[in-house]
Amino acid sequence: MSTTYDPYAGSRETTEGRVYTVTGGDWDQTLGAEAQGEERLVVNMGPQHPSTHGVLRLVLDLEGETVTKARVVIGYLHTGIEKNTEYRNWTQGTTFVTRMDYLSPLYNEAGYCLAVERLLGIEAPQRAQTIRVLVMELNRIASHLVALATFGMEMGALTGMTNGFRERELVLDLLEEITGLRMNHAYIRPGGLAQDLPPGAVEHIREFLQVMPDRVADFHKLLTGQPIWQARLKDAGYLDVTGCVAMGVTGPVLRAAGLPWDLRKVEPYLGYETYDFEVPTADTCDAWGRYLVRMAEVNESLKIIEQALDRLAPGPVMVEDKKIAWPAQLSLGPDGMGNSLEHVKHIMGQSMEALIHHFKLVTEGFRVPAGQVYVPIESPRGELGYHVVSDGGTRPWRVHVRDPSFVNLQATAAMSEGGMIADVIAAIASLDPVMGGCDR
Amino acid sequence: MTGPGDRSGTDAEQGATAPGGGFRKGAFGVSGSGDTSGFGGLVRVEPGGAVALHSTERPYGGYFDEVTDALIDAVGQATYDAAVQRVLVDRGEITYFVAREHLLTLVRALRDDEALRFELCSSVSGVDYLDSGGPAAGPGRPRLHVVLHLTSMTYRRRIRLEVAVTAEDPHVPSVTSVYPTADWHERETWDMFGVVFDGHPALTRILMPDDWDGHPQRKDYPLGGVPVEYHDATIPPPDTRRSYR
Repeated sequence: MSTTYDPYAGSRETTEGRVYTVTGGDWDQTLGAEAQGEERLVVNMGPQHPSTHGVLRLVLDLEGETVTKARVVIGYLHTGIEKNTEYRNWTQGTTFVTRMDYLSPLYNEAGYCLAVERLLGIEAPQRAQTIRVLVMELNRIASHLVALATFGMEMGALTGMTNGFRERELVLDLLEEITGLRMNHAYIRPGGLAQDLPPGAVEHIREFLQVMPDRVADFHKLLTGQPIWQARLKDAGYLDVTGCVAMGVTGPVLRAAGLPWDLRKVEPYLGYETYDFEVPTADTCDAWGRYLVRMAEVNESLKIIEQALDRLAPGPVMVEDKKIAWPAQLSLGPDGMGNSLEHVKHIMGQSMEALIHHFKLVTEGFRVPAGQVYVPIESPRGELGYHVVSDGGTRPWRVHVRDPSFVNLQATAAMSEGGMIADVIAAIASLDPVMGGCDR
Repeated sequence: MTGPGDRSGTDAEQGATAPGGGFRKGAFGVSGSGDTSGFGGLVRVEPGGAVALHSTERPYGGYFDEVTDALIDAVGQATYDAAVQRVLVDRGEITYFVAREHLLTLVRALRDDEALRFELCSSVSGVDYLDSGGPAAGPGRPRLHVVLHLTSMTYRRRIRLEVAVTAEDPHVPSVTSVYPTADWHERETWDMFGVVFDGHPALTRILMPDDWDGHPQRKDYPLGGVPVEYHDATIPPPDTRRSYR
């Protein structure tokens, strides 16, 4: 507790205790003569503001409506996930990282698990890899739909928001059916998946594939041709390839600047090189191009999902090695999801070794040989990199996440300074930052 | 706090002098409990990788040799020898352990040289190897590592640079003049590990509140937490639960 005088909250002692008086309006003192400029205004936007995409805070210096300086303040959603993973075993790490970028949880899980698997020197079985691609692309559609929905909301196109969230619900229903949860799935695990696709999931995904193209077309009808939408987005938040690379910006923003840099193509993982899809680009370098790239990527994801469904062959979804494979033979009981009765019968009545493995894995976890890896994957927002260090123990020594929201937000100043304040909103919305991932 | 399991290498007879410095005692890593197994006296060397301080010999394989040769051409053999203390190729990734005085020379060459072209700095992060390079108790061990992941979009290559500094003198030159994107990464590394990036335009905290004390991701910074009561039992906070190595 600080005892020093606080210029913003003077206090006096009363019989009920100390009473603080919060004041303000001291810009002339803090800024000195500068504040005497005729039009200069410092606007504090956020951290609670409907158009800042969550708890992002912007400090904008304005001359009239022109932004002369844009500063970004983050950290309001810092939850210490990276530190927390150091106190849990390798499998539990999945449940933590999935909560970072909450709009693309499966990418967090996949990136983390690919890193752990590279440290272990193992590879998930083919079926698990295909299902990973499948759920990740479903997730990409959901994430892009939220990006478009919030984009619409922040530009004042509220029907865009309601439509986007409605369409996203279709994907979340599928993910709920597959993983058991709408978000924060913890479905992808080191070595494979928590469980196989449930019966009926493939049919439901196919039904979704029938519906979704029309919904994307509706989106185009609703927004793309609309003159107001175009006027708000075109030339807003300009950032060219040089700017993107210097600021480390990746994902749809970089592709909207004309560089077809997509890690699924340039550094394929999980067999992406065997899928037939395009990398949509635009050459406008502005919010308009980013909107179009995201819309096109939804269609490409649909293509990938269809191919993944076609090649889905029966097989295991977890590595054979019982020293690594988490014993998650789950089934739905009357009191919720838990170990299946067959598995309990097996470990309790039939196999001592199975019991030992179950016990060791659940209490201790498996050991990962010492070393460090950096695994980048293409999340809906750009390069999602997992720098994972092991000291040879049952817990990660360090998990660092290069989250694309964190890096991309740095470009805010470059994109908005010199422009109108209304374009700041378009610029931020076109970056599609997720503060959960940014602050971790 | 390294967690249970003494891997500090403080064993005066072997720990500090043997190569690597990382040692593990006992078979189960549990300390402070009545170990009747007899394995408690076991001393094992840490397996290779991040903790052990070995170096990979040429040829490195893949594009690593090409990158290294181009780097030597760009900065000169003498500078390279002085700058790169050792090179580690592990799991298909190459790590250059760099002396901090030469970091800026190297990254500038890595970005600008036509044969290298590492245009994108993907990530800068910190790792606290508490026992790196000596016993945990002694000062002056380079425990704080700053790790840079560089990407060449031209050649589709990735390399890693690692700079190790001590907690007493945690100064590393900032690479923001070469890679503007390193700005927030370095602020985060300062915030979390207390590494001071000299030459950074505004090295302030970024994730923690401005008036926060300490650097939370250092290994000797406690996780914190409170016991939780659940179904008439008390679950201790995560950092005080039993753990295994």
